Amino acid sequence: MDMNTKALKKNAFRVTKQRGVTASRIRVPGGHLEAKYLSVLQEIAEKYGNGTVHITSRQGFEIPGILFENMPYVNELLQPIIQGLNINQKTPGQGYPAAGTRNVTACIGNRVCPYACYDTTAFAQRIEKVIFPNDLHFKIALTGCPNDCAKVRMHDFGIMGMTEPQYDKDRCINCEACVKACKKKSVNVLKTVNYKVERYPDRCIGCGECVLACPTGAWTRGEKKLYRLTIMGRTGKKNPRLGEDFVKWIDEAGIIKIILNTYDYVTQHIDPAAPGGKEHIGYIIDRTGFEEFRKWALRDVQLPKMAEVSTPIYWQGVKY
Amino acid sequence: MGYLLTKEGVNAVLKEWAESYLIYAPVRMSGKGAFSETDSIRYAPITTVEEIEFEKKSDFPFKEVLIPLSETLFFFTEDQVTEADGPKKNAIILLRSCDLHSVKRLDEIYIKNEYEDYYYKRIRDNVKFVLMGCKNAFENCFCVDMQTNRIETYDASLEKKGDFYEMDNRFADWETVLERNGMSRRVVVPSYVTETNVHVSIPQGLSLDVSRSKIWDEYDSRCINCGRCNFVCPTCTCFSMQDIFYTDNGKIGERRRVAASCMVDGYTDVAGGGAYRQKNGQRMRFRVLHKVYDFKKRFGFHMCTGCGRCDDVCPEYISFSDCINKLGIAVKEVGGHNEE
Repeated sequence: MDMNTKALKKNAFRVTKQRGVTASRIRVPGGHLEAKYLSVLQEIAEKYGNGTVHITSRQGFEIPGILFENMPYVNELLQPIIQGLNINQKTPGQGYPAAGTRNVTACIGNRVCPYACYDTTAFAQRIEKVIFPNDLHFKIALTGCPNDCAKVRMHDFGIMGMTEPQYDKDRCINCEACVKACKKKSVNVLKTVNYKVERYPDRCIGCGECVLACPTGAWTRGEKKLYRLTIMGRTGKKNPRLGEDFVKWIDEAGIIKIILNTYDYVTQHIDPAAPGGKEHIGYIIDRTGFEEFRKWALRDVQLPKMAEVSTPIYWQGVKY
Repeated sequence: MGYLLTKEGVNAVLKEWAESYLIYAPVRMSGKGAFSETDSIRYAPITTVEEIEFEKKSDFPFKEVLIPLSETLFFFTEDQVTEADGPKKNAIILLRSCDLHSVKRLDEIYIKNEYEDYYYKRIRDNVKFVLMGCKNAFENCFCVDMQTNRIETYDASLEKKGDFYEMDNRFADWETVLERNGMSRRVVVPSYVTETNVHVSIPQGLSLDVSRSKIWDEYDSRCINCGRCNFVCPTCTCFSMQDIFYTDNGKIGERRRVAASCMVDGYTDVAGGGAYRQKNGQRMRFRVLHKVYDFKKRFGFHMCTGCGRCDDVCPEYISFSDCINKLGIAVKEVGGHNEE
């Protein structure tokens, strides 16, 4: 049997334990999809797979047990999902055009969750639109608030929703619900001064607990959508580690520009001998030094006035 | 006299009113809800009819205009006291029937309750009320059962009728401005609610004996004593005093009064460190009985006007109307005697 495994992988199929048998990987940006696509997955799994579907750790689906020869048929059946989820594609009917840049994951976000500061799925889809298809190994995750249910600090780029609390002192009756909530559930940056509340903006993480706790609407959310961008978290063999804060109070345009700049940086600096052309960005930064990365990442980025850039960054983690 | 007006006509009326009044109405404040990308409907000054939220019940009540959540009463130096300025302008408040009934409760507490409250009175004397017609009850309303669904004592009314507006006027000074800006005269009867989904039945034979009932206990754990039910209630009038000494000079400062809540910690604190109602169920008992028992015993009518905002806002889904309806069980449980 002759099979170009490089082409197969690029087409979002997998080389498996079993010779001649593959698995189809379906990306779901933001991890949210219309239920009607589940019946398509079922059809593929039952017609060409082994009748099972794996829910992947990156919020996609993987349909195992597909014979190499059936890949074109699977790709045809996948077309409504690829189109319906608005995935960039080169030739309709031929499946996914790349697999290197991984599915962009997201927590449930503010479509459902009271804590979330924004629509995580919608933002994930906008990121997907500008970065896919791409062969480079990028992992991006979004979470609605600093609770970080999406574990974004385990990703190359972690996007965490923040809100800049707005305080209307004339509506404050000093019930201290916000002070207590901030102390017990968050980072303790609210203090009662003369029966009103003072916030320490430098230490505030923008979680919105004060807004949620306030019974009179004295605390409300800021108008601007702002985020914390964490970078270069990773799992893996050599040095798994949590992502560190890069920019606090950044906006969407800034995040997207930094991600795109990082593609240029990686293209320039990736180890030409990297196995399978795949090297975690964090290891490239370890090699070039953070300052070189920062220079590339922030090129032409317009940050909001209140944005705080962390520099230098030192990562910890487990070193083997 | 009733009038039919175009949108422009109403705006012309508002413009003339604005010369001597601040006009407060429920407005939709975009993004000001507690959850992201949700709105909050609150009272704020308006200049055009387009700003008024007619379709939804306001989340916070009109009472904030009459009794601000936080109000500086006076400033003090070492040997002098200066009264804080009251509002510079008269006010017009747009509100629904149940809320206009609430004004009667506020007046009872602040004006007719033995001592007249100076700060309330100086605002209240300069306020006119414009009734917003209310066709259908909202989710948690029970105005019909509280007999607050209709009211006649308004200064004017305003209601959307298709592309036009109907206004009824009962304040002689406004007749000419309405005459001038109306399309035509007509008999206007502001819409009122005749049926609600929620019903309450306040049992006969209610007495303080129901305090001993077990019905209150479930709220010990269900209620989180946040006080939202009080702050959105159009009839809750409790306040607390705060003396503030300015930090740069600890000898001068101001006295404020701020809204207080019988559900929030600290309300029953007394000198010596005691606190009477520590359990949330007991706070709930106090609030519920005040709304449908104590107040009536003293003033002759129920305090609660059935607007249902406490139900709308409770993050723990505690229903005030549901609790009222449990009172019948409570009366039986404690072997109630008929006081009514």
